[in-house]
Amino acid sequence: MKATDNLYNYCLRLGDDALILGHRLSELCSKAPFIEEDLALTNISLDMIGRAQAILKYAAEVGGKNDTEDDLAYRRAEINYYNHLLVEQPNGDFAHTIARQLFLSAFEFYLYGEMEKCHDKTLAAIASKTLKEVRYHLEHASDWTIRLGDGTPESHHRMQNAINELWMYTGELFEMDEVEMTLMRDGIAVDLIPVKTQWYNRIKHVLAEATLVMPEDSYMQTGSRKGVHTEHLGHILAEMQYLQRAYPDAIW
Amino acid sequence: MHNEHSDSHFQLRIDKGEHIEAKDYMPEGYREHLIRQISQHAHSEVIGMQPEGNWITRAPSLRSKQILLAKIQDEGGHGLYLYCAAETLGISRTEMIEHLHTRKAKYSNIFNYPSLNWADIGAIGWLVDGAAIVNQVSLQRTSYGPYSRAMVRICKEESFHQRQGYEIMAKMMGGTKDQKAMAQDAMNRWWWPALMMFDPHDSESPHTSDAVKWRIKRETNDELRQKFIDKTIPQAELIGLTVPDKDIVLDKKTGHYKIGPINWEEFYRVIKGHGPCNKQRLDHHIFYHHTGAWVREAAEAYKAKKAKREIAAV
Repeated sequence: MKATDNLYNYCLRLGDDALILGHRLSELCSKAPFIEEDLALTNISLDMIGRAQAILKYAAEVGGKNDTEDDLAYRRAEINYYNHLLVEQPNGDFAHTIARQLFLSAFEFYLYGEMEKCHDKTLAAIASKTLKEVRYHLEHASDWTIRLGDGTPESHHRMQNAINELWMYTGELFEMDEVEMTLMRDGIAVDLIPVKTQWYNRIKHVLAEATLVMPEDSYMQTGSRKGVHTEHLGHILAEMQYLQRAYPDAIW
Repeated sequence: MHNEHSDSHFQLRIDKGEHIEAKDYMPEGYREHLIRQISQHAHSEVIGMQPEGNWITRAPSLRSKQILLAKIQDEGGHGLYLYCAAETLGISRTEMIEHLHTRKAKYSNIFNYPSLNWADIGAIGWLVDGAAIVNQVSLQRTSYGPYSRAMVRICKEESFHQRQGYEIMAKMMGGTKDQKAMAQDAMNRWWWPALMMFDPHDSESPHTSDAVKWRIKRETNDELRQKFIDKTIPQAELIGLTVPDKDIVLDKKTGHYKIGPINWEEFYRVIKGHGPCNKQRLDHHIFYHHTGAWVREAAEAYKAKKAKREIAAV
């Protein structure tokens, strides 16, 4: 394995999270509970797809195979996608959309906060821009978690249910395999042990304010670091990659 | 001297070209006309998010996905300013949405057509937004201040939309055989409905005379349609698209293009609810409005609880 293979893989992990959750949020366009919220979700989606474009562009450079960011987004199979299982989960009701965002944005807030200091200048610059955006995403998701948790009995029930159902996808956020351990020793990948503690404390704090119960730890789903996904990713890619796959010679 | 609260004083202000503001005196008919027109305009922006939204998840590049998403977000934002402009006339957004759902309020007929291939995204930007701009530029000078100001802001963004739509069409016409066929197919389907966006001849429109008297409307439907035709036909020819009208001729004396007859029967049929997507568009809006009711209720409940706690803490 070449040294650049680890960095390439790490960039795909970061870029794919942004791309797949950005895509999921884009599915909600014209479907939000009211127009201001439609615009807010679109904003988050745009931030994430923009970030995906920057990171995948860098991945393509590191990969050295003359790929573009679009080749990586539109011509890669499920098994070569490395986004976390959490982000490919369906939008569900609004509470599920918010719970998924809360879990991921809290993770990204601490992840990119550390990555700003990393030795890879490109990733450090992307992290710095991302951090500003993610701060808002986290605030948006936290505010809604609190509003729904402490709103009506129905919203409380739905929010608790969403937190409980998505909880099993949160363990994977903090997994570190050989790729990340090696990069961490080089001062590039973020050490996820402290991130996990910060994340846990933040979520605990938000859920308490929302009058919601923190789920008990149970079995955590895993697989995405090796390209093993839930059934949902295949459908996302089938839709997203349709034009590029159906008309491979076309330039869009 | 005129009484400030008289119709004659109002008309005098209109004739002098003054803007009417929310708190100024206005005849009831003027208020009603504006509510109908502005809310219809707002609903059009919001319902218009659907045909374009149909391609967001299938946009063929990261760049095009972002541009399309940002454009639809702009349309939603336009809907929002227009709802606010209508609210200054004493109607709430809830009422306006209720009128939409009960079909009392309309939205632009153009959005009752489907977006069937990626070039439709180009055609909607170039032709539909292009036609809308012609109307909206004229409305920048409309007599009601809040509406006029909303239009100024909206026009800036719409001209960007039109350029990006044309860019998609040009790119596809410079692409593969399949891409060219998609672009021409989109042109064939959107051209006539875009011309119908200006509505029939003014004499057939029930609200025209008051709208002209009150300077809500500044130019006739046919004048506006002609501007659009003259601007658009050369753009189509430039990138090799065929305008689907064998009767088109350029009148060299006037510099205007003459077109074949518009199928107004189709227009009235779609307005009456028999277009390809009337049911789908409204059902979508109603479904998601109802689906989101518990979220809006929760937000209200939380706001009330928070206010109560703040009072208790004082």
